[in-house]
Amino acid sequence: MTFDWKWDFVWEIAPRLAAATLNTLLAAGSGYAIALLLGLALALGQRTRWPALTFVLRETLEFVRSTPLVLQIFFIFYVGPQVGITLSPWVAGMMAIGLHYSAYLSEVYRAGIESVPKGQWEACRALNMTTRDTYARIVLPQAVPQAIPGMGNYLVGIFKDTPMLSVIGVTELMQTANAIGSETYRFLEPYTLVGVIFLALSLPTAGLVRLLERVLRRKLGM
Amino acid sequence: MELSAYPLELPPDDRPMVRFMNVTKSYGSLVVLDDLNLDIQRGEMVSVIGPSGSGKTTVLRMLMTLESINGGVIYIDGKPLTHMERKGVLVPADEAHLRRMRASIGMCFQHFNLFPHMTALQNCMEGPVQVLGLSKAEARDRSEELLKMVGMIDKKDQHPSRLSGGQQQRVAIARALAMRPRIMLFDEVTSALDPEVIGEVTEVIRRLVAEHDLTMLMVTHQMGFARDISDRICFFYKGKIEEQAAPEQFFTNPQRERTQQFLRAVKDAD
Repeated sequence: MTFDWKWDFVWEIAPRLAAATLNTLLAAGSGYAIALLLGLALALGQRTRWPALTFVLRETLEFVRSTPLVLQIFFIFYVGPQVGITLSPWVAGMMAIGLHYSAYLSEVYRAGIESVPKGQWEACRALNMTTRDTYARIVLPQAVPQAIPGMGNYLVGIFKDTPMLSVIGVTELMQTANAIGSETYRFLEPYTLVGVIFLALSLPTAGLVRLLERVLRRKLGM
Repeated sequence: MELSAYPLELPPDDRPMVRFMNVTKSYGSLVVLDDLNLDIQRGEMVSVIGPSGSGKTTVLRMLMTLESINGGVIYIDGKPLTHMERKGVLVPADEAHLRRMRASIGMCFQHFNLFPHMTALQNCMEGPVQVLGLSKAEARDRSEELLKMVGMIDKKDQHPSRLSGGQQQRVAIARALAMRPRIMLFDEVTSALDPEVIGEVTEVIRRLVAEHDLTMLMVTHQMGFARDISDRICFFYKGKIEEQAAPEQFFTNPQRERTQQFLRAVKDAD
């Protein structure tokens, strides 16, 4: 058994993998955008005056968190058409990722919101602010810096989960590496490159998140 | 007393700025305030004192509508605060009613509760701009004037984390006043302060008493200060008003044994 790494082959497949990297970034980015917004809506939805809504949301989120992402991807893509919702692999994949991670991000937001001292709410009330202004202008600006590390972790997490989209045929990195492998019977280079690409993108992201947190805290005077 | 027995409005010749009428507050089986009846007249400065757990802070928090009440009605300038009229009787107030009524009340807290992500000036402008709908320029003028009054104008662009406790509390007073309340509540505003900066906060309150016709209610542990500036002292004990009197009378000739005990204990601690 030999370990023959072929640089020629690496250069040959690099363009395809680069294109797939863009797809992966696009999938992760749009999935994350959905998760950020949906997660916030879910976190705020649990804080309304209607206990029934809180209950339903909490149980739904628990369900989403307790089942595997890959199952949710399959479900949306394959079961959706049976109830009249036909989605392209791309859309189905992003929705599954967005939904799955919104369940986690809502917890991050919730913890961030709860870290804002009770006195801040009371000061808003004493100034007669609306609930909306209280959240938008006082609570969330303080909650978000608290939530940034958690939000950053899930960004990296989403990024690393994008290979699951290969199961429904989204041409992201993993799918492309598999395709190259089955065409050429060479797996060492494509999989190694995929690993290197993931590493090269995850590490700086984590660093950027830390930087963002610091900048935000300083900007908010905290 | 049934809610239907309470007047929808107080008669014009009997309208204190604040009236607590048979107000009860309890948490589960713990009764914090028991059938409280208390009037505060226009422009009056009333200090609420008493041992911890006597319910004195709750009085302020109910008035600011930070706490609901379990019985009775609170009236502000003759109109119900905690309740509103529906089909000729009083029912518990909804949020819209509370927002209307709350506009005449301002409050300062023991821990200041300034918004940490805003400068002193922004803290003061927030309410006038967002709640009262003032233009930024108007709100800035009003806020700067108040920051001048509390001696904080040269720190107006600092965030609270850069200010001392005394400075933060002075900004908090300016912030509350920027809403032009008719009633000001001070909840142990000097309790969290280092001794050397207490004076700068009490000085501001002294000037408010002297120069404005605000109605004020203050919970404090500083007996000397309360004696100096109050029109009346209210001594709370176990959820009830044990004794109330003008400061001279209260401190020199307390009638009730509990009051005497409390004043002795406070003096010993000094």
